[in-house]
Amino acid sequence: MEIVLVSLLNGLVYGMLLFMLASGLTLIFSMMGVLNFAHASVYMIGAYLAFTVSQYIGFFPALIIAPLLCGLIGAAIEIWGLRRVHANGHIAELLFTFGLVFIIGRSVQMIWGMLPMPYRMPAVLDFPLFTFYGEYFPAYRGFMLLVSAAMLITTWLLLKKTRVGLIIQAALTHPQMASALGHNVPRVFTIVFAGGCALAGLAGVIGGNYQTTEPGMADSMGPIVFVVVVFGGLGSLLGCFVASILMGMIQSFAVVINASLFDLIKPLGVSLPGDNLFTEFMTVPVARIGALLPFALMILILLFRPRGLMGTRDT
Amino acid sequence: MRFMRLICYSFVLLGLLSTGRPALAEDTIKLAYTDPFSGPFASGGDEFLKIFQFIIARKNAAGGALGRKFELVPFDDKLQPAEALIALKSMTDQSIPFVMHCTGSNVGAALIDAVSKHNARNPDNRILYLNCGALATELTNEQCDFWHFRFAGSVDMRAAARIKALPADVKKVYLLNQDYLFGQSIQHDSKKWLAKLRPDVEIVGDELMPFGKVQDFSPYVAKIKASGAQSVVTGNYNRDLNLLIKAANDAGLNVRFDTFLAHLIGGATAIGAAGENRLTSIMEFNGNVPVDLKVPAAEKFAEDWRTSGHDTDFSTLNFVTMIDMLTDAINKAGSTDPLKVALALESLQEKDMLGQDVTMRKDDHQLLMPFYAGIFSKDVKYDSEHTGFGWKNYMTASATDLTLPTICKMKRPE
Repeated sequence: MEIVLVSLLNGLVYGMLLFMLASGLTLIFSMMGVLNFAHASVYMIGAYLAFTVSQYIGFFPALIIAPLLCGLIGAAIEIWGLRRVHANGHIAELLFTFGLVFIIGRSVQMIWGMLPMPYRMPAVLDFPLFTFYGEYFPAYRGFMLLVSAAMLITTWLLLKKTRVGLIIQAALTHPQMASALGHNVPRVFTIVFAGGCALAGLAGVIGGNYQTTEPGMADSMGPIVFVVVVFGGLGSLLGCFVASILMGMIQSFAVVINASLFDLIKPLGVSLPGDNLFTEFMTVPVARIGALLPFALMILILLFRPRGLMGTRDT
Repeated sequence: MRFMRLICYSFVLLGLLSTGRPALAEDTIKLAYTDPFSGPFASGGDEFLKIFQFIIARKNAAGGALGRKFELVPFDDKLQPAEALIALKSMTDQSIPFVMHCTGSNVGAALIDAVSKHNARNPDNRILYLNCGALATELTNEQCDFWHFRFAGSVDMRAAARIKALPADVKKVYLLNQDYLFGQSIQHDSKKWLAKLRPDVEIVGDELMPFGKVQDFSPYVAKIKASGAQSVVTGNYNRDLNLLIKAANDAGLNVRFDTFLAHLIGGATAIGAAGENRLTSIMEFNGNVPVDLKVPAAEKFAEDWRTSGHDTDFSTLNFVTMIDMLTDAINKAGSTDPLKVALALESLQEKDMLGQDVTMRKDDHQLLMPFYAGIFSKDVKYDSEHTGFGWKNYMTASATDLTLPTICKMKRPE
């Protein structure tokens, strides 16, 4: 029981971190149709910038400045890169962002070096908030939960309840009509892309010291974020949220399950033949393959429900 | 069209230029070095390259070998066996007599095989493989080869030292390792040595985790806590270790981390205070070993490395031993011919920079060398990576302690 509750809490925290990262991507993907491969790279830039800024003026200013800088970088990418490539269709955009991953990765290595940065959480948040079955719940995790919840609500309100959000949605679904009505559609695209990048930057500020800030961080976060976006469904912030929490829970529960597929059918009196691939597959404990489960789920959802959990349209 | 033609011409020109390059000074001894210099493991390769440049510059200043200087020729294998074989082809085309390689047993196994075949087919253009860090025990057991010399302790030797260095009051351990060749052999050998040396210790958890894929270690921390372990014995390194210790510290989990590789570059920076007085590692060297053993020359060597513009610590004493033994073998053989040097290297007995005995065993070409166990502490003369914490040595496993049996049946050239 105790381990179930602890895992529930762990899964929630990790899920919220995933959501912070994935929300920016889902925003860009669902509105512009651009699957931005470089999203996790912007997350990495956010962490590195936050580290550098926090060395001079502290963590909390960095929490604002680093995402803004990431937003500016995003805007620059959109204006001077994506917009030109856009004319050649989605494949060109995809390849463009794919190339960016390598350029950003290499630049980060050249600027900050290959070693992990000593980016630590601020001292004011470095204390146990409460004790949960003898295990500390650090205040910083509470802070992470708070920031990501605030982010979810703000983004949702902005898109659904304001005039700006209305124009954005119009420009993205009916660009010609919005343009004919006098709205600057290219600028809307820039704003969306920059906004998505700023959200990735914010996730970087928070995730960089929760995990480690090093050149491999983009590569390690990249794939799982795509899984969340595809699983959650296109055009749905809520779907992205549910998928993030679900992935967080799956990964944290999988680790504590020592049983294998074979344990499920053992009560039926089945026995397995000797030492072969099938036996190995049936007896491998869930804990050992936990990190692969999200990818298996993504394949399943692509097969049976291509639009994703709460997607509003097919790609 | 004209543009395309221009591109074609420029490539032709480029080709002419590179073939027309004058043969480099004939009088250097070329040492090829292959390791990952790009991709996720580039930080390791990059660092090792700098260390080799440092060691070789000193060796050359001291006169090199046979009055000739060493020349380092790096190749990027991206930690891929296929890339390493392409690099090997390029080395043999340039008639480089020695290849050094330090990262990845998968690459190591491929190189052993390819070098052996190449040498059998081209007796007049042989190459000698000097292994400085592909650690799988098999490489000097089942897969041992005459043309391969390993100047680094095998997983088996490390595991023996690791379990020896487990404090007597630790009675419950949790094994957590990465789910790939290296992690699995650490898991296997740790269990073997626990059974042999510490039958009083109970293994309360034995787990393999996906290599480099876990982003959140809190679930593992919860599981370790529930198991009641006093120590986590782990071969994890880099991110897989740093995140684990961070998560344990955040959750207030009070256990020791008895690791194999926490001293690797970047570890001290990433872990920091979270590892104080509970993180241990098994090392070839650290700045505080010469202080304890009172060897000023080695202390100065590490100091020189640190003050010559490197942010990191010198820890790979076995690289120095390798270059030293190679130099002596070349001098003894009076030639850089790989066969003569290999025969001179076999059974070569020396004292390393710290004055400890090291031997290149003839049976399997494994260097018998000591290891030092250290705990991450403030109470040290030299700290790691400017963190304020350094490795305080509490146990030495000598080369004699780590002389383990081998099952190598080596085929020797006539």
